[in-house]
Amino acid sequence: MAETILKVENLNVTLDNELIICNLSFEVKRGEVLTILGPNGAGKTVLLKTLLGIFPFEGKIEWKKGIKVGYVPQRVPFVKDFPISIEEFFKLKTKDEKEIREVLKLVGFKEGFLKKNLGELSSGQYQRILVAWALIGNPDVLLFDEPTTGIDISGEETIYQLLERLKKEKNLTIILVTHDLSVVFKFSDYVICLNKCPICQGKPKETVTSESLSKLYGQEIKFYEHYHGH
Amino acid sequence: MVTNFFLALISAIFIGGVAGYLGSLMLSKKMTIVVDPLSHLALPGVALALIFGKDISLGAFLFLFFGAILIWFLEQKTKLPTETIIAILFTVSLAITFLFLSEHEIEEALVGDISKIGKVESLIIVLISILVFFLIKKIYPKLTLISISEDLAMAEKIDLKKYQFLYILSISTIVALGVKFVGGLLVAGLTALPAASARNLSKNLKTFRFLSFLFGILCAIFGISLFQFTGYPAGPLIVLSGFLIFLISIIFKK
Repeated sequence: MAETILKVENLNVTLDNELIICNLSFEVKRGEVLTILGPNGAGKTVLLKTLLGIFPFEGKIEWKKGIKVGYVPQRVPFVKDFPISIEEFFKLKTKDEKEIREVLKLVGFKEGFLKKNLGELSSGQYQRILVAWALIGNPDVLLFDEPTTGIDISGEETIYQLLERLKKEKNLTIILVTHDLSVVFKFSDYVICLNKCPICQGKPKETVTSESLSKLYGQEIKFYEHYHGH
Repeated sequence: MVTNFFLALISAIFIGGVAGYLGSLMLSKKMTIVVDPLSHLALPGVALALIFGKDISLGAFLFLFFGAILIWFLEQKTKLPTETIIAILFTVSLAITFLFLSEHEIEEALVGDISKIGKVESLIIVLISILVFFLIKKIYPKLTLISISEDLAMAEKIDLKKYQFLYILSISTIVALGVKFVGGLLVAGLTALPAASARNLSKNLKTFRFLSFLFGILCAIFGISLFQFTGYPAGPLIVLSGFLIFLISIIFKK
């Protein structure tokens, strides 16, 4: 049985007098993939940031001692205009050039890429760079806010194939936020449907049903499990 | 007169260089937008200093520093857009300036006056510029990360407030020194113009930083030299030199 590396109990987050997350409890074991599913404004991003220690909260968030966390935020559009090379971007986090080359290789880039300007990247490439950036310092857990799919169509692996591979190679635990149902079914061990309060949580096949989804999104939505679950 | 020219030149080179370097930190809109209201706040500070016969940089610095806190407070309290707060503070500053000062003093407050610069003053300017240079160098990587993404910075456990405070402290200091040369109206140009030109020519931070620093120095040299030869006020000449460099940088834009 894998060890528990994160324990959250009765988590409540209130920002600007507005309750964003209510009564959330869950556990994450090493090597697991936890998906947080929910509509816009459901508090998914706030949850990630609270786990990172950015927002104040009530309740309990208990990381196992010595656990290192990497964070991939949602993409930042204006970075396009910044006069900064990829190498310089990495050097904001570490001085270790060997490590920079390693993480770059890990997400599938050649070394020559380092001299490129951050703004020249496609959004898919940029997302990979952010993943590589998060991998510096060799984290045990990766928090990923809304991986965007279907951008790199140039025959490279998709962001989920990349995460799958990283999970195996580095024994990573992954907590990710998504809209994408197919990701929940294909990729994750545990899912939390969140709309401020948890609507449902558990193993994806048992938890995500048309009833729980319509409850989560507040309306009938089409259900594609069989379609994607091939 | 020659000593005076030399002192003015040396002081302007140091301020220009550090102002340019500081300007290269203004990567994102959020970072840029603080400078304008701050520099306008220098005006009433200069006005009061002139009235009481104190050093105008000192007056400017005090007003800038408390002004920065005031802007922050107004933003938190009113949730008005920064632009609106800028407009309010700007007009109030001008009103105070025009109310209390004589015509000559108004000119000095608005566009600066370097004819009175002395040896001790120059020495102080050089020393403070060097101090601020090293402060900026120290906070540069963290502030760059904050500009790129506050989320990433916070996830790295960077204390945003501390770095924003140091950033505002650097700006207040350099603007307060710069006010002597270019006055309260033009001082924003000292940081903005070199950085804008450098940005046109840079693809990475190293070039950007270096060019910004260099252009800041060039503006100072051109401006002060032109002042020496033509007798027009130095402030506008420094800023116009900056604009000339900017125009050239557009031609070579990458």
